[in-house]
Parts: sequence; structure tokens; C-alpha cells
Amino acid sequence: MTVLAIAEQSQGGFRKVTYEALSQGRVIADHLGCDLVALVLGAGVKEIASELAKYGADKILVADAPELAEYLIDSYTNVMTDIIGKVCPGVVVMGASTRGKDISARLAARLNAALVMDCVSARFDGQNLIATRPMYGGKIYADVMPEGNLKILALRPNSAPMVQSPKAGAVESVPVNLGKTCVTFIEKTMDAAKTELTEADVIVSGGAGMGSANFGILEELAALLNGAVGASRSAVDQGFRPHSDQVGQTGKVVSPNLYIACGISGAIQHLAGMSSSKVIVAINKDPEAAIFSKADYGVVGDVFELVPAITAEVRKIRG
Amino acid sequence: MEIVVLLKQVPATESNIGIGDDGVSAKTDNVKWIISPYDEFAVEEAIRIKEKQGGSVTILSAGAEKAADAIRTALAMGADKGVLITDPAIQSCDGLGIAKILAGALKSMSYDLIIAGQRAVDDDNYLVGTAVAEFLNIPSISFVVKQEIADKKIRCQRTVEGGTVTVESPLPILFTTQRGLNEPRYASMQGIMKAKKKPIDKKSLKDIGMADAGKPLTKIIRLTFPPQRKAGQIIDGESAQAKAAALVKALHEQAKVI
Repeated sequence: MTVLAIAEQSQGGFRKVTYEALSQGRVIADHLGCDLVALVLGAGVKEIASELAKYGADKILVADAPELAEYLIDSYTNVMTDIIGKVCPGVVVMGASTRGKDISARLAARLNAALVMDCVSARFDGQNLIATRPMYGGKIYADVMPEGNLKILALRPNSAPMVQSPKAGAVESVPVNLGKTCVTFIEKTMDAAKTELTEADVIVSGGAGMGSANFGILEELAALLNGAVGASRSAVDQGFRPHSDQVGQTGKVVSPNLYIACGISGAIQHLAGMSSSKVIVAINKDPEAAIFSKADYGVVGDVFELVPAITAEVRKIRG
Repeated sequence: MEIVVLLKQVPATESNIGIGDDGVSAKTDNVKWIISPYDEFAVEEAIRIKEKQGGSVTILSAGAEKAADAIRTALAMGADKGVLITDPAIQSCDGLGIAKILAGALKSMSYDLIIAGQRAVDDDNYLVGTAVAEFLNIPSISFVVKQEIADKKIRCQRTVEGGTVTVESPLPILFTTQRGLNEPRYASMQGIMKAKKKPIDKKSLKDIGMADAGKPLTKIIRLTFPPQRKAGQIIDGESAQAKAAALVKALHEQAKVI
């Protein structure tokens, strides 16, 4: 028995969710009394692979090929299937990033594996592995028991803790069998400066009352806190922010350390999407706004006065 | 262009969801049922492709009898016909089981393109569309915000963390939708009238050549409500500046998040 953790590299480093998946994988491997093997796919990734030993990888497999430079579903599925066939893990853990959601679905179907998608935690109840995952955008949580010889956990980013536990982590290159592929890479457009909402530690979010031009004050505060800017559905519908910024049941479900809701009334769909944030601050001029019922700290007042004042105060403590 | 849209009927997103007496199923009495919003993008995109290139749009769903209402709504938007796989055995299926059933139905249908929502907003599984493609042995592209079809090839722009990636594939293919792909139309009165005459073919598992729904690989053993948040403290002050200072102090010293 082995536990396999899939690492996700991007722009020459590992995504944070890689370390979260490894840490979760380590806990499972310790319970089962087996090795944790990490797997990295990519081009020129061998140099960074040893980094994975810090988070508990006993062994690190590297599938390195120029064709794996960009993530493509069919080549990545083929290579992973091949390696899973050789490693024979009982449990595979990966991040439920865009890529993880894509590939875990393919792998589950191809390998007839029990997949718990987008889970936020995992534990053992005796022999049984049980993972918890939100449903209905976080309105309810399900404890799910995966069964069978191969179980796949796709972990929601920002949910499982990152725990360092250095292991030997010998790096080993494995042969790359690309197999039949149909999907080809054309181009990508990345905004390197933008922090991904689902991975952000701090989110400053705005509602329809902000208006398009005024999101600047939220951006300023978010930048100061190394965070990201989110938006309510109505702010997105009015074209103030791109669709990718929408927080809620039909947008992104987020759980940052700090969520600052500015001028957001708190529709049930929005609350579902951010209620698992660790600390919630609500700023709204309407003292009856539903958002206050979920907030750890509420401030009643004008967002346009309060947010710049908060930014100035944060600057003071940041020196 | 023969297009099939995979559609699921789900509780409206404004619904409060309870937990059933069995502790493992969601209580959805008295909720309003809708087309899952991401599937609605799929219906809209399929109709737009048909309007441009000709062909037909078939709506395929697996679920309860009442899912016919959601199919009917899609027909009113402009889809041509519906297929509903309905069978008591479907209730116990997990996501992979549903994908097997949909793929089983698709095996006797003709398609150049299959469009599915990235996820249904009830079980949030992000699984079914991509798994259907795998069972049909065709490529898939997920989280698509823009697509273009020419010369039996499709070029899709998909969202990834911090940007977008454009990929290309020959047809047939399945792609899943991302918010931003389109703005779904409302069914017109004329569309609603026309939809009444459009066919919805109801089939059992046996009708699509499946003996049973198979054994689910994942089992929900318990549903719980997330920890209920209570309203915390209201930060008061003489001025915006005083409130801001008190808030930042609390976040820094008490909550220790900044």
C-alpha cells in the first residue's frame, strides 16, 4: 500500500495546494503505516522536485518531458494512469484546483476509482477513510466514505493545513508514456500580479453599491494585505468586475483567513460561498443587512469613508 | 452540428436546504426547481451554435420524472428535443454512476459536440461531464468561457487560476461551461408554446441497455450543517477614522489576521 500525492507546479514553483495535499497525504500514510510518494509532471521540474520532501514525501517521482510543459488533460491523464498502474496506490491525494478537478474526474472514470471531489478534510473512522465535502455551495456538508481499491481525494485549496515533516524524498525519474492525445495547447494569458481568489489568505469583496470606478479602494486595501478582490453576483452582473471574481454558490466558494465584505447585503448564495472564511468583517451602511449576522466584526457606515480609513490604519501598523 | 446538452434539475440557489430524516439526504420539500445555472449556459451556447451553423440540440438528463420540467424549459429556450433517463435505481447513484448512465444513453445517440455544466450547484461534484467524456472515449475541455468551431475543430478558452488557456481539439468533444461564456436567454412566449409540442423521450435503464445502475463507489454517511456563525461585535466609533482604527486593532491584536 502506498499513498500518492500529486504535485501541481506552475510558473516554476509548486502551488500552495500541493503542500496541503502532501500534508494530508502524510497523515493518511501515517495512519496506514505506508509510504507517501509524490508525483510531479512537467518540463524541467526535476530541480524543484526535492522541495516536496519537506512536506513528508518519502519518495518523489518525476515525469519530465517537453510535452508536459503545459497541462493538457489527455497527456496528463495518460501519464498519471500509467504511473498509478505501476505505483498501485490505495489513496491518491491532489488539490481540487482547476487542474485537479479536471484530471481527478478523468482518472476516476478511467480507473473506476472512488473520488471525493473538493473535500475540505479527511479522517479515519477505524479502517474507513471519510472525507468531508461541502454541497449546495456550502449550505450543507457531507461526510463521504469512498470504497474500493483506489480512492481519490481532491482537496479544496486553503482547507487542509500545510505541515512540514521532512522525509528522505529521493527523487526518481520515471518514463513518460504520453499515449494518444487530441487536445493541443494554443496559448495562455496569465495575470501574474493577480492573487487567485480560492487561494488567497485575505479577500476584500465588494457589492453592487461600490460602482465600477470605486473598486479601486478595495484593490488598494487588498494589495496592502497581499489579498485578492472578490465581488458579489450583482456587482459582476452590472459589469463592475470580471466573472472570475464572483464569490458565492454560483461563483467561487472561498475560505480565506480574512474576508472583508464591503457594501454586500448578504444574499443566501453569497453567504454560502464565504461562510467558511475564518474571520469575516462586514461593512455596510444598512445596520439590518443580513451580512452582519455572519460577521465576526461589523462596521455600520459608509464604505467610501471606511475603507480608505481602514487602509490608512493598516499602513500604520505595517509601518 | 448535432449537439447534446447534459442537464440537471436542481433546487433554486436561493433555497434553504435542510437535512432529511434519514440524515444522509438533503431535504428539498417546497423548493423551487430550476436548470442548474452552469447547464443553462450550456443550453444557451448550444442554441447559439445551432443558430449559426445549423443542426439540432438535444437535452439529456438523468433524474426524477419532474426533471422533465427543466428539459421543457430548455426546449422553450430553443432546444429541439429531450431525453430523460428516469429509473428508481438512479436515486442511489453517485456522480460516476450518473456519468455511466448518461454515457450509456449517448452511445445510441449521434453527436458532434456535448456541452455540460462544469458542476451542478446541488452536489457541486465537478465530475459528471468530464467522466462522461472519458466513458465515451472522447476528449474534454473544462471551464470554457469562449469557443469557436471551424473545420471540425473546436478552439476553447478555459479559465485557470490567474488567467486563461486556449486549447484546440478535433470534434467530437465534450466541453464544460464557465461563468462568462454567455448570458442565457429567457424563453419567449412563442418558445414556451412551441416547446409544448417538442418531444421528450422518457427511458428506463433497461431501455438504454443497462441492467442496473451499478454499485456506488462513494457513499454519503452523514450530512451536517456547517458551524453556524453568530453575529459578532459591532465596532462603533465617533467617526469613520475611529471605527477604522478600532477594527484594525481588533483584527491585529484579537483575531490576529493582519
